[in-house]
Amino acid sequence: MLAEYSGVLITLVVALIIAGALLTIHVFVGPKRRFQEKLEPFECGERQIVSPRQRFAVKFYLVAILFVVFDVEALFFYPWGALFGELGWHGYWAMVVFTIPLVVGLLYEWMKGALEW
Amino acid sequence: MPWDVVAKSLFILVVAVAALAPVVTWVERKQSAVMQDRIGANRADLFGIRLLGLLHPAADVLKLIFKEDVVPIGANRVMHLVAPLIAAVAAIISFAVIPYGATYQFGDSTVNLVAADIDWGLLYIFAVGSLAAYGTILAGWASNSNWSLLGGIRASAQMISYEVTMGLSVVGVFMVFGTLKLTDMAFAQDATFRLLGFLEVFGVVDHLPRWLAWIQLPMWGVFLQPLGFIMFLTAIMAENKRPPFDIPEGESEIVAGYHTEYSGMRFGLFFMAEFIEVIVIAGLMTAIFLGGWSIPYLPQERIIGALEPLFGSGMANLLCMVAHVSTFLLKVVFMIWFQMVLRWTQPRFRYDQMMDLCWKILLPLSIANAFVTGTIILLVRSYGS
Amino acid sequence: MAEDQWLTYRERETSDDDFDRDLHTEHQILNMGPSHPATHGTVKFLIELDGESIVDLDIQVGYLHRGFEKECESGSWYQCIPYTDRLNYNSAILANLGFCLGVEKLLGLETPERCQWQRVMGSELSRLADHLTRCGAACLELAAMTPFLYGIQARELTWDLTEALCGARVTTNYIRIGGVKHDMPAGFPEQCRDHIARIRELLKDFDAVITANRIFIDRMRGTGVLDKERLIAFGVTGPLLRAAGVPLDVRKDEPYLTYAELDFDVPVGEVGDNYDRYLVCVEEMHQSLRIIEQCLERLEKLGPGPVNVLDPRVRWPAKGRVFNHMEELIQQFKAVTEGPMVPAGEAYSVVESANGELGFYLVSDGSAVPVKVRCRPPSLLNLQPMPEMLKGCLLADIIPTFDFVNMIGGECDR
Repeated sequence: MLAEYSGVLITLVVALIIAGALLTIHVFVGPKRRFQEKLEPFECGERQIVSPRQRFAVKFYLVAILFVVFDVEALFFYPWGALFGELGWHGYWAMVVFTIPLVVGLLYEWMKGALEW
Repeated sequence: MPWDVVAKSLFILVVAVAALAPVVTWVERKQSAVMQDRIGANRADLFGIRLLGLLHPAADVLKLIFKEDVVPIGANRVMHLVAPLIAAVAAIISFAVIPYGATYQFGDSTVNLVAADIDWGLLYIFAVGSLAAYGTILAGWASNSNWSLLGGIRASAQMISYEVTMGLSVVGVFMVFGTLKLTDMAFAQDATFRLLGFLEVFGVVDHLPRWLAWIQLPMWGVFLQPLGFIMFLTAIMAENKRPPFDIPEGESEIVAGYHTEYSGMRFGLFFMAEFIEVIVIAGLMTAIFLGGWSIPYLPQERIIGALEPLFGSGMANLLCMVAHVSTFLLKVVFMIWFQMVLRWTQPRFRYDQMMDLCWKILLPLSIANAFVTGTIILLVRSYGS
Repeated sequence: MAEDQWLTYRERETSDDDFDRDLHTEHQILNMGPSHPATHGTVKFLIELDGESIVDLDIQVGYLHRGFEKECESGSWYQCIPYTDRLNYNSAILANLGFCLGVEKLLGLETPERCQWQRVMGSELSRLADHLTRCGAACLELAAMTPFLYGIQARELTWDLTEALCGARVTTNYIRIGGVKHDMPAGFPEQCRDHIARIRELLKDFDAVITANRIFIDRMRGTGVLDKERLIAFGVTGPLLRAAGVPLDVRKDEPYLTYAELDFDVPVGEVGDNYDRYLVCVEEMHQSLRIIEQCLERLEKLGPGPVNVLDPRVRWPAKGRVFNHMEELIQQFKAVTEGPMVPAGEAYSVVESANGELGFYLVSDGSAVPVKVRCRPPSLLNLQPMPEMLKGCLLADIIPTFDFVNMIGGECDR
């Protein structure tokens, strides 16, 4: 049973080796001529005015919350879709009932302006 | 140790990562050059041999390796190092579930050409895709630069938004093929169907020209789910930040986005990940929508059946395998070409327009697509029986 | 934290309508420029961002200040002409022309007709190059690189023509006081017609790739809008103002050179957003091509003739005469070492440059050195309303707006 996953494991190992090796070689091989100005984060030739570690605009977090809601609901669609042939009309209507709150939720957000930027 | 799995995994990785990915960077340069009336990269040479610029990818990798390794002041050193690693690894391991050939019989042993034949292949792709989001978010946050942060934040919001849409837009495909397994999907597409088969059930077909009813199409996802094809292509390109959705790295607005502070091979890994993702997108689109390895109108049994009397069973299977893998690669190259055409003709979206496209257009459409597909499947079945 | 601020946060927490209020987040203040991919021309935007939207925008210019106006006061009048080349890297001829027209006004010179037609041709070539760069760069920065390269290819053709006309591609130094450097070369009309056909072809390609592109329209429509009253109040001129619906064009309103005899239209936009600006620029390019064709026709009809005024103050005697006649030798010596003596007085000359009204205010005290050369740079005035155009817009809207404001550092900072 788990033998099917060995391919995943092997690709993972190979990928780690490729990426890791490239990075490690790079870290050791490249020249090291460091000075203050070179190491400063890019700010178009000026000093940073604000730190990037401050509290960022809340809109982006809103997207994250929407994502959690919709992704969890989308997850229910996958097995339903795969087994659709066996579920028939019963499964179809069950999903319609399940989707209505989802769509209403989406409409609510839309009207509330959560999708505006 | 299952050596056949090792061989299969290495094959796809060698073909895709070591052979195809450098070529894609070359294709990007050369194709754009052709489109823009230029000559394109052709300067890198090895003992005077230039090979139309095919040596440029190798020169790029060497150059990036020998660059200085710079970590900006105030950056989180661990995350700064880990981020490109995540991005590259997540891109590479997607190949594990993409089937590049059918199942073949060699004597007693069966060979199926996919590194990991898991039941939930497509979900694996989605999972790995969300993993890739960590790479960009961490890169943006760890760099201690405002532009990087903007890029990282944009990337995170974009990638998670399109993940939902990407999943929902292929639900129709799950319903048609009744599986989440990519190998099964590819097998199901190795058949044909009558174009107006389902209309015949309702008798509508009488009003249409006669010949239309007899057209046989390959049972590819793109014919069964045309809307799904477009939506999934859009969503997966946005999910992987490919142009015209490359907002997180939009160089004219936010410098280079999340990899502003990356140089040398650290940047090289992001760069590599991006080109590998092009191939992943192409491979996935091929497997789900373009029939995978299947040759249109020539099902596997027919090929083997025709070849077996001539060459014997083993050889027939081998020839069929070669034909299938070549077909698969051909389709992948076509999809790569298509992405490059988009890349070099379309301007970039604005952030809000891209989010609107996701939440206000693609999401409702993909839900509607699932239900319309379901209705048709059920109606055809109930009338047909 | 200040006491009153603290109170407002506390009030916010306890107030009833807390749910309707935005969560408290800090605005991001960013330096966009001086070295940023979008600020070609070296300018700094100080942006206050709330996530993606611009709360406040401040433009800081002056990074390319070279003291052009002061420099002009240290040389003779004709030594200023190469300085004017450096005002705008795309349209040097237009700047040459503006300056020389002013000096000619002071001298009271009237240039020969053949010279005037060539000057018009040169300035339209410059305008073409400028508009091609502007539209191309806008596409490039919206990540559509293919149309950009079509535009640049067409610009190369215009520069080829400029090179044929005056021997240089970028810093032309073509227009001289009282004439042009030399007559156009033999075979120029044929080359010009051939290149115009190719430019038209490229413009068609450009148009096909981008104009009807949905993403392009979405990015351009409704961004950077400002109504015409505000634009006029800021002193904006050129395509920026014409796109807002004001048909102000010096070539039509106060025709200089031979513009009055030419047949061309002044395109006007409706809304004044970036898409209108783009369309106006594209149409102006077609009009410029029309003008160049008419100039060629007229020049061919006119036949050979002088391209410089025969005025000893600005015209050098022929070499042969300099070597053989005392008077001419003295005249040449004076003209080279001192330059033309311009009568005392002041003059303002204006041309329609690619960015708008390019003016030169010149003051002379009767000597060979200008007392004051003041340039009215359209770029600086066009840049002023940018904060007003962009407040409340998204970060990405800066890009097309700035591209169509088309600030040229050399001209803006002088």
